[in-house]
Amino acid sequence: MADSTKDPPPGCADLQELEDAEELFPEPALTVKTEPSASEPASLPAEDISTNSNGPKQDLLFDEDPEDLFAEATEEVSLDSPERDLLLSDGPSPAITPITPPTSVITPCIGHAHDDMFTHSSFDEIEEEEGGDLFDMNISVSDPEKVGDGMNAYMAYKVTTKTSMSVFKRTEFSVKRRFSDFLGLHSKLASKYLHVGYIVPPAPEKSIVGMTKVKVGKEDQSSNEFVEKRRSALERYLMRTVKHPVLLKDPDVLQFLESSDLPRAVSTQALSSAGLLRMVNKAADAVNKMTIKMNESDAWFEEKQQHFENLDVQLRKLHASVESLVCHRKELSVNTAQFAKSAAMLGNSEDHTALSRALSQLAEVEEKIDQLHQDQANADFYLFSELLGDYVRLITAVKGVFDHRMKTWQKWQDSQMLLQKKREAEAKLQFTNKPDKLQQAKDEIKELEGKVQQGERDFEQISKTIRKEVSRFEKDRVKDFKTIIIKYLESLVQTQQQLIKYWEAFLPEAKAIS
Amino acid sequence: MRSVSVDLNNDASLLIDIPDALCERDKVKFTVHTKTTLSTFQKPEFSVPRQHEDFIWLHDTLVETEDYAGLIIPPAPPKPDFESPREKMHKLGEGEATMTKEEYAKMKQELEAEYLAVFKKTVQVHEIFLQRLSSHPMLSKDRNFQIFLEYDQDLSVRRKNAKEMFGGFFKNMVKSADEVLISGIKEVDDFFEQEKTFLLDYYSKIKDSTAKAEKMTRSHKSTTWNFFYLFIFLTLKLGKLSDLFEKLRKVEGRVASDQELKLTELLRYYMRDIQAAKDLLYRRARALADYENSNKALDKARLKSKDIPQAEEHQQQCLHKFDKLSESGKRELTGFKGRRVVAFRKNLIEMAELEIKHAKVSNIMTGSHAERTHTLLD
Repeated sequence: MADSTKDPPPGCADLQELEDAEELFPEPALTVKTEPSASEPASLPAEDISTNSNGPKQDLLFDEDPEDLFAEATEEVSLDSPERDLLLSDGPSPAITPITPPTSVITPCIGHAHDDMFTHSSFDEIEEEEGGDLFDMNISVSDPEKVGDGMNAYMAYKVTTKTSMSVFKRTEFSVKRRFSDFLGLHSKLASKYLHVGYIVPPAPEKSIVGMTKVKVGKEDQSSNEFVEKRRSALERYLMRTVKHPVLLKDPDVLQFLESSDLPRAVSTQALSSAGLLRMVNKAADAVNKMTIKMNESDAWFEEKQQHFENLDVQLRKLHASVESLVCHRKELSVNTAQFAKSAAMLGNSEDHTALSRALSQLAEVEEKIDQLHQDQANADFYLFSELLGDYVRLITAVKGVFDHRMKTWQKWQDSQMLLQKKREAEAKLQFTNKPDKLQQAKDEIKELEGKVQQGERDFEQISKTIRKEVSRFEKDRVKDFKTIIIKYLESLVQTQQQLIKYWEAFLPEAKAIS
Repeated sequence: MRSVSVDLNNDASLLIDIPDALCERDKVKFTVHTKTTLSTFQKPEFSVPRQHEDFIWLHDTLVETEDYAGLIIPPAPPKPDFESPREKMHKLGEGEATMTKEEYAKMKQELEAEYLAVFKKTVQVHEIFLQRLSSHPMLSKDRNFQIFLEYDQDLSVRRKNAKEMFGGFFKNMVKSADEVLISGIKEVDDFFEQEKTFLLDYYSKIKDSTAKAEKMTRSHKSTTWNFFYLFIFLTLKLGKLSDLFEKLRKVEGRVASDQELKLTELLRYYMRDIQAAKDLLYRRARALADYENSNKALDKARLKSKDIPQAEEHQQQCLHKFDKLSESGKRELTGFKGRRVVAFRKNLIEMAELEIKHAKVSNIMTGSHAERTHTLLD
């Protein structure tokens, strides 16, 4: 991996000059080893392809003439079709044949995407295919609208996509979606891509309390805040999802963005049987994780895993800290407003005219400052807090992907062990006179050999995918944080300038007291 | 750092200050230093150790001195309150295990600074009390004041006069009932009528403002603490940028403490001063009531033709006392208003200037950093 910067050990942070942008956001100082903070993707494929035993076979697939893709039109799968289960199952499955005729405008490139998914191509190859189709897409989630009444009510959001990318037929379109639709989308993507090593962005969290308030019809500050928080989170979620070059082409994603009707995702309900099943599976996974002892031959993975563990801890701490700050800021705001009112009353009561006026002015200044802090500083910390929350969840997804790699390895090892056993059994059978059994054993061995080979391929593929994903993730992470810090700094500058103005206006009033 | 009162201590005949103080567990020992040209003192320059309780004793004896009934007795300094930093120190000790060495050291430093700030404040407020006394034409000559300044033994023996203390306590209890007395009395003098109305109203307003200002200051300070935790963590991730945030936090902390000193302390002090002014009004109202009663007694005596000379003398005494109080009171209250206006002016100007300074400093630091970061990104 290309090393772009050296991470400075904690003590030296003060001495280093801020020449390189990357140094602004080095990875956590807890690991003193040098870690690449932003490797260029171009360097990766060169390395990875050489280790990918699957290479040649895949290249063949993509030598196809682009025209042929149009013939492949594999479309969206309706929720109830049996093939869907195939899609959702754990583990690679063969390419899917078309089931239902296209019901909406979906470009044939999807067929391509399907092949991608099940034959594990690297996405630098996809990028090559697309040629000059740069990422140009903007999704906005807006106009939350309450639909229905009582406990069956829900919020419908308008999802508007503006794009010039060729994956889409139109340049601007919008649909109405509800929260469970988003969850359904994530659930589909997770089941398709997580186990092969793609970091699927997690959907925003459910909130029974928050939603109940909205359902019940409480039109107050906190439920408005809740809706706004959610709206913003959904927007970020979609943007993250489409920024992923592979996910962008997924039929479910395209359908989600474009199709006016979407089958309801019922299995996302918190208290449904599917929900409970998910919980049980999660618990089982956790137990399994503890029992898998993987021989890590690749130091990169070990390093990265540790890195993400550390990052997780730090981000959580930071998130808690920022949330607490937002809380205290709110409190300060309330107290400042109260003081301003009290000072105004004091000013009224004051019998010395000039002093009275000065006190009233003071009250006004304090009020304005309070408003200033609310509008700017609070908003930015709030944004920062939300971003941190997103990343805490994202890191969970990253860790999940590493776990899937372990599982894949385990599967491979299991096949290998079974093969070994069968071989031993076959050897024994050689000495007995049971030709039928011997043949059966030989057949089984052949099958297992294939499985072992596949297992190895899967493992190498997922390892390769993860490497790419991690580098992409890290790049995005650094960019996201930088952006938000810049935003905060800029608005901080504004706030300070405004503060100066207010106090400079007040000063002559104070001096006028005689 | 005389923040809340106007320049006292400029009469060279009697100069008082508290150059240092010791903090021993709960007790603070102030060193009261006097420089004087007056012959009433034994030496031209001397220092004595005094505790907070000694100041309270002095204040109470002044309040209870009949001769000073017509004066505004400077409010007693509040008890030193190290509760907040002490609590935080305790928490720091508990949380030591979960922090890195760096974090712990930084926090400890912060706490020590807070401790120091509280310390400075309490020294200042005790100093002002003495300086108010020394700059008052009558009070500066008080015998007990002299003892306080000069007596080189432990004052606590003299203090433990149970009767005195009880008397003071009792008087405090009765005070609140006097609001009724003051407002109920029929006022003959326009000046006092106005003052009464004004002071009663103003007192309730300033009491409210003080409470709200205290709340705001406390909030501001705890926000600064939050900044602190936040920026400790950012240090781990943002390298150079964390320096900026650390500096911003320090400035923010200064803004909070300046606001406390110039605004909250100002309001707090004048709230107590106005209470002292109200006490004066009370004493005068009491004297008026006494006078009216003595009139009634005289009438009664004349009716009964019994003890007339005593009644007459008593009535004369009451009248005399009342007149004296009124005259002195008028002087005091007028002076008080002037003093208050000047003090507010001074502090409001200083606060505005400090806010501007801090905002400018922050702005320069942030601006340059934002610029650098932006260009580095492109």
